[in-house]
Amino acid sequence: MDAVLLSRLQMAFTLSYHILFPTLTIGLAWFLVMLEFRWLRQRADQDPSGQHANKLLTLYRFWSKVFALNFGMGVVSGIVLSYEFGTNFAPFSAATGNVIGPLMSYEVLSAFFLEAGFLGVMLFGHNRVPPWLHFFATLMVGIGTLMSAFWILAAHSWMQTPAGTELIDGRFVVVDWWAVVFNPSFPYRLSHMLAASFLTTAFVVLGVSAYQWRRQQAGADIALKMALAMAMVVAPLQIFLGDLHGLQVRRDQPLKLAAMEGVWETERGAPLLLFAIPDQQAEKNHYEIAIPKLASLIVTHDADGEIRGLKSVPASERPKVLPVFWSFRVMVGLGLLMLLFALWGSWRALRGKLLHDSKWLRLAPWLIPCGFVATLAGWWVAEIGRQPWLVYGLLRTRDGASVLPAERILESLVLFALVYVALFGLFLFYVARVVRAGLPGVAGHDLTPVLPRSTAVVIDQPAVEPER
Amino acid sequence: MDWSLLAYLLLGFAVLMYTVMDGFDLGIGIMLPWQRDAGLRDQMIQSIAPVWDGNETWLVLGGVLLLAAFPLAFATLLPALYVPVTLMLIGLIFRGVAFEFRFKTVRGRAAWDIAFAGGSALAAFAQGLMLATVIAGDLPSDGSVRLSIFSLFSAFGLMAGYGLLGLTWLHWRGDQALRRWAAKAARRTLIGVALFLALISLWTPLLHPAIAARWFSWPLLLALAPIPLTTGWLLWHIDRALLHGAARTPFLATVAVFLLGFAGLVISLFPWLVPGRLDLWQAAAHPGSMKVVLIGVLLLLPMILGYTFWSYRVFRGPIEAGYH
Repeated sequence: MDAVLLSRLQMAFTLSYHILFPTLTIGLAWFLVMLEFRWLRQRADQDPSGQHANKLLTLYRFWSKVFALNFGMGVVSGIVLSYEFGTNFAPFSAATGNVIGPLMSYEVLSAFFLEAGFLGVMLFGHNRVPPWLHFFATLMVGIGTLMSAFWILAAHSWMQTPAGTELIDGRFVVVDWWAVVFNPSFPYRLSHMLAASFLTTAFVVLGVSAYQWRRQQAGADIALKMALAMAMVVAPLQIFLGDLHGLQVRRDQPLKLAAMEGVWETERGAPLLLFAIPDQQAEKNHYEIAIPKLASLIVTHDADGEIRGLKSVPASERPKVLPVFWSFRVMVGLGLLMLLFALWGSWRALRGKLLHDSKWLRLAPWLIPCGFVATLAGWWVAEIGRQPWLVYGLLRTRDGASVLPAERILESLVLFALVYVALFGLFLFYVARVVRAGLPGVAGHDLTPVLPRSTAVVIDQPAVEPER
Repeated sequence: MDWSLLAYLLLGFAVLMYTVMDGFDLGIGIMLPWQRDAGLRDQMIQSIAPVWDGNETWLVLGGVLLLAAFPLAFATLLPALYVPVTLMLIGLIFRGVAFEFRFKTVRGRAAWDIAFAGGSALAAFAQGLMLATVIAGDLPSDGSVRLSIFSLFSAFGLMAGYGLLGLTWLHWRGDQALRRWAAKAARRTLIGVALFLALISLWTPLLHPAIAARWFSWPLLLALAPIPLTTGWLLWHIDRALLHGAARTPFLATVAVFLLGFAGLVISLFPWLVPGRLDLWQAAAHPGSMKVVLIGVLLLLPMILGYTFWSYRVFRGPIEAGYH
């Protein structure tokens, strides 16, 4: 087999695996910040029974267990990546070290250390530091996750839309750091990724809380409402951000856009393809189902706007269309599904019936993977869509890969695959165990019997209650 | 201002911090199979659970500083170290998840202890191999790894050194029962550490005329002589302190041994990053990038050390049995 292809497969696999964990870490860290903030406020307000405050603390402790498991997986799978740049993509590292190196150094210095330094206190420090200091630790972990996203997406976006550098003797030299960090695609990519992270987290909390609420665990309703409110804010926002990102991709990476839309010939008033099987060899699509002019309308905000086609460049310059085309549809489809589900939930909540709607509550856990799959799909659109380039238009993937015997890379790829698959199974097993164990130390909630629809007593507040 | 030299020093600092701080984590993993008591095993792992994450971050810092400050060395060393790097990563993965997973199960705990111990041992062994390859300076171009007596000495020597760090850490932090066991085990490990140190110190100049020339040149010999002498004295001192039960001294003295060993290494290799092929100026990044990185390091490092120290202080005193 081809060493370059194997290195790419290994990077794609380890990166796709890793991205799942920070996606949840970022959102969950801030969910914990919100929970602990509300808990501190409740304590300060001296809630006479102390019940509400207790529920918040219980939720915090439960979700911090999930967080710890997830964070651990993120850390170990992340370390692999920082060394893989060197082992599998050494020429790339040599060429871009001046640019990528400092960005990643800042990530480690300003994010990883912050997260790691305060995580211990956050997970184990409840009895060792006062509550406000514990909250501070949670906040620092939350800030660390955002900083990490900031730097890594700056590096990643620079590879997609390189700016602020000059290529001298085959090595990139920075002439303007501001332009490097705030490169043309960075603001869109960062906001799109953060929104993905918060939306993914919202659906994880939503699904788990619905499950817990049906099992009569008091406090689950609080998390459920917070998650629903989050989903209601982020799902529409994400569609808006995705649209802006699309305009930017058209401007900076027109061929990626062409692959996303399955457009071969440059055309005005391009139709939106709901279904098609793009054929790289024949340079066309099979079995198209199309809505006229809609792609142009969405992508250019003009029904007769022009979309550049794949055939505008030689075949060797084009990304693989099929995976990009379908990943994009999966991402958008799941995004819409999540929006619809959140709308349905909000409508029930506004009528005060959400906590009794067993159909919605039963369905919610099944939607937990949606955010992860959509994020992965979006990541693939970005990554496969920029091929054959590592640094867009400047450094080819083929020229960035290490020269190593293929069997060496095959061995490591097989090793990583075996270890990762096994660990992922175990991770899910332990998360499921934590979820099944339920919210610690809380008796069943005061809905009796188990949520039959006849118990139409409205005990819950409107779901989209304003955050205090 | 020689930015490359400053970067070299800071890179050295990151690597040294890693070897000492993650060293005792790895050492506890390496020594875990010799502890029969399940309660004490829990205590051993609990003693590092709140801090291992930060300790390991120094390894990531070392990697990205090498990439940022010396990209050519990064691009030369890592493909050549393909096998040991991969093994180290796999080891660290098992070690890292074992922390979280083992506390979520009772029946499966013994299995996660094996993963924890095996992962730690594998990572330490692989690091020893990398060290030997860099010292030997003959990098395989096909990503293979050549096992020689010297590389095995380095690998087992590093494992023994980490083990001693871990045991003396437990001797400092553990309760009475753990402390007694740690003292006994540490005194045995100490013999191994002394042997490996002596062997490696004798072997290295024999293997490499360039290093020998540096060590045995006058008057440098006079300046270097204190290193082996102090190391010998420290090893003796550790043994006495373990015998008399001084809680903290063995750990701090072991850290000092690591410092001296590291100093010896730097003296042998300076200014090479890839011995015989790339020195620190040849491998250096563009001055603009170098400056940007180093300013960040110099500004943020004091803060990092500050809150790391604080976090260790929060968890001083008796090790808590429970999990969060």
